[in-house]
Amino acid sequence: MEIRMEYYLVLSTIMMFAGIYGFFTRRNLLAMLISVELILNSADINFAVFNRFLFPGELEGFFFAMFAIGISAAETAVAIAIIINVYRNIRNIQVRNLKELKF
Amino acid sequence: MDITLQSLVFLFMAAVMVVFSILTVTTRRILRAATYLLIVLFCTAGIYFQLNYAFLGSVQLLIYAGGITVLYVFSILLTSVQGSKGDRLGRGKFFAGLCATLAGLALCLFITLKNRFLAVGSLPGELDVKEIGYSLLSSDKYGYVLPFEAISLLLLACIVGGIMIARKR
Repeated sequence: MEIRMEYYLVLSTIMMFAGIYGFFTRRNLLAMLISVELILNSADINFAVFNRFLFPGELEGFFFAMFAIGISAAETAVAIAIIINVYRNIRNIQVRNLKELKF
Repeated sequence: MDITLQSLVFLFMAAVMVVFSILTVTTRRILRAATYLLIVLFCTAGIYFQLNYAFLGSVQLLIYAGGITVLYVFSILLTSVQGSKGDRLGRGKFFAGLCATLAGLALCLFITLKNRFLAVGSLPGELDVKEIGYSLLSSDKYGYVLPFEAISLLLLACIVGGIMIARKR
């Protein structure tokens, strides 16, 4: 059985929509951030797979996936700093309680 | 149809990834969600290894599985409220989200499976680390030194911004 390109794409599509579902239905800031990680991760898989199967001699998708991993690390760090600050101010990180930007 | 070891490994990892990414967004306890996310990220690294991108797989293991998940676990433990199970979503909103997700999933799967991709020749073997290093730090055509430097500035800005936001006043 040969592993075709579509199998990887179906896998990343399912993962991406799991992340989107979590982003729609979770009401905790950290859970929403975890869903965003799933979405970013599936996009990275797509970049690597397209690079591997359609343009095997090039490196664009490879480097795009690598930089996306770095950027998502930065995004997570800043978002978690903001979330910890929110928690310190209102003792809660449920989305329902976030009504104002400045405390 | 003969089943090779590689396709068995791929099927196993794909099944684990699908199951655990759905569990990540459906479990009620957030620490479990972080653990399931860790398993999904490990399997993603396995997918990269299988695509012969060992460098990308190790970057994934180091940064995602080693760094980001630890950050998540720490912040979950810092911000968890005792006895709070979180808000339940209203029934209408829950079904609206579920229907939108399923519709989008069906549309994307239809487009992906309907499309005929170009035939590929023989895939090359393992990507050489020397080649990665040269093109990452070269400024010629297909060189990536500008995004490399830009991302280093971005990471520095994130460190400073994180400290500024989260420090005690």
